Amino acid sequence: MQLLLDVISWVLLTLGGIAVLVGGIGALRMPDLYTRMHAVSVTDSLGAILVLTGIMFQAGLSLATIKLIAILLFLLLTSPTASNALASAALIAGTKPLDEPDGGNTGAGR
Amino acid sequence: MELLGLFNYWVFAILLMIGFYAVIAKPNLIKKLIGLSLFQAAVFLLYITMGRIDGGTAPIFSKAADAAIYSNPLPQVLILTAIVVGISTTALGLGMVVRIREEYGSIEEDEIAEIDRR
Amino acid sequence: MTILFGIFLLTLLVITAMAIVKAKNLFVAVMLTGIASLLVAANFFLLDAADVALTEAAVGAGISTVLFLSALALTSDRERSRTKNRTMSLAVTIIATLVVIYATFDKPRFGSPEAPVHTHVAPWYLEKTPEYIDIPNVVTAVLGSYRGYDTLGEVFVVLTAGIGVLFLLGSGRVLAPAREERSGTTRLRHHLIQRVVGRLLIPFILLFGLYVQFHGEYGPGGGFQAGAIIAAAIILYSLIEGEDHALRVLPQKVLLGLMAGGAILYAGIGVIGMLLGGNFLDYSVLSSDPVKGQQLGILLIEAGVGITVTGTLLAIYHAFAARSS
Repeated sequence: MQLLLDVISWVLLTLGGIAVLVGGIGALRMPDLYTRMHAVSVTDSLGAILVLTGIMFQAGLSLATIKLIAILLFLLLTSPTASNALASAALIAGTKPLDEPDGGNTGAGR
Repeated sequence: MELLGLFNYWVFAILLMIGFYAVIAKPNLIKKLIGLSLFQAAVFLLYITMGRIDGGTAPIFSKAADAAIYSNPLPQVLILTAIVVGISTTALGLGMVVRIREEYGSIEEDEIAEIDRR
Repeated sequence: MTILFGIFLLTLLVITAMAIVKAKNLFVAVMLTGIASLLVAANFFLLDAADVALTEAAVGAGISTVLFLSALALTSDRERSRTKNRTMSLAVTIIATLVVIYATFDKPRFGSPEAPVHTHVAPWYLEKTPEYIDIPNVVTAVLGSYRGYDTLGEVFVVLTAGIGVLFLLGSGRVLAPAREERSGTTRLRHHLIQRVVGRLLIPFILLFGLYVQFHGEYGPGGGFQAGAIIAAAIILYSLIEGEDHALRVLPQKVLLGLMAGGAILYAGIGVIGMLLGGNFLDYSVLSSDPVKGQQLGILLIEAGVGITVTGTLLAIYHAFAARSS
C-alpha cells in the first residue's frame, strides 16, 4: 500500500515538474507579454495542483494534508487574479498585443 | 563533501560582493539601496549557515522526538532582529530618496553632486 | 539530498543577484529583489531556520517590495546608463571577493556539532527552556525572555524608522478636494475580479496574521511576522478600495497610536516587572507560578511587537502613497 502511494506521488510530482518546465520554456519563447502570461498560467494552475497533490499523498491523512489543501485553494484563487491584474495593468499602461498580419482579426487583441 | 559545505560560504562571499559592487559602482540611489539589501541578505545567509547542525531540525520541541538534535537557535534570534532592522533602515532610506528627488529633480549621484556645486 | 537542493537555490540566488545589478529598468530590479528574497527564505527553511524563513518571506519579499515600488512611483523608474569607466570598482570587488573566499577556508565544517558557536550558551538555552519557560519554540523563548532587551531595542528601532519616515514625507494629510473628484483613479473601480477576490481574501489574511501572532510560542511565528502579514492585508485593502477608504478604516491617529502603543506595552511590561518586585523585564513575577509568568510575559510583549510593527509599516506605506507628485 505504501509503495502504491509512493508511486502515485512520484508520478504526480514528475508531471508537476514537467508542467512547471513547460511554463518556464513558454515564458522564454513566447513573443509577447500576453502570450507569455498565458504560458506561465500553466505553471500556476496545473503545476501547483499536481505538485501539491503529490505532496498530499506523501503526507497521508494528517493535519499537514488539510494545510496543503488550504494552500492549494489559496493559490488557485490568487494566481489567476494576479495574472488578471497584471494584464489589466499592462493594458492600461499601453502595451498592445501583437496582431496577426493576416487582417482577419476584428480587434480581438485590442 | 568538504567542498559541498564550503559552497554555502562561497555563495555568501559572492553575494556580499555583488551587493557591495552595486553600492559603490552604481550612481542611482535606489540601485544603491537594493545593493545594500542584497549585502544584508548575504550576511543573514552566513549566520544561519553557521547555526546548522548535521542531522538537526528546527529548534522547536515537539512531542514526537524527545532526544532529537536541534539546530542552534541563537543565530536565528539575531537574524530575526536584523531582518526587521534592515527593512526599517531601507524604508528610511527610501523616504530620503523621495525627498532628494523632489529637491534636486534627479536620483543620480553625479547629477546631484553637480547641482550641489552650482 | 537536501544539500543539493540548497546548492540549486543558492546558484539561482547568485544568478538573480547578478541580474539585479545589470538591470537598467529599476522596476525589473525591484521585482528581481523580491525573487531573491523568496529564494533566501526557501534556503533559510532548508537550513532549519523556520522562524527566520517566515520573517524573510513576509518582510523581505512582501513589505520590502511594496515599499520599493511606492518609492519608484514617486521617483523615476529607469536608471541612466553610464559610460564611465568602472574598472576600479570592479577590481576592488574582485580582490575583496577573493579575500573573503580565502577566509572561508578557515571556517569549521558546515554542520559540524563541535563548531565553537554551538558550545557556549546555545546548549544551555536548549536545555533550560523546558524548565524555566516551557514553551516549544526555543527561538521565541530566547527572543522574548532570555534576550528581551534586544527585542525591546528592536521595537524602538522600528518606531524610530516610522517616526523618521513621517518626518520626511509628511503624515498622509487629508486629500485635497481636487483629488477627491478624481478618486476613481486611486481605486480599482472598474476591475471586478480583483475587487471581489481581494475582499474575499482580506479576512483570511487577517485571520492568518492573528494565528501567526498567537502561535509564536508553539511553532514558527511571533510578533514581527504577524505585524507584516496584517499590514499586508490592510495594504491590499488600500490598493483595492483606494487611499481615502483605507484611511477611513484605520485613520492616521489610530496608526500613530498603534505605533507608540506597542512600544509602550513592551516597556510597560518591563516596568510592571519592576513594580512587582523583580528586575526590569523580569516576567517571573507577573504571576504566582514563575513559568506561567514567563509565558504570560512573552505573550504580552509579542503582542506589543506585533502592534508596533503593524502600525509602523502601515504609517510608512500611507506616507509614501499619499504623497502625490
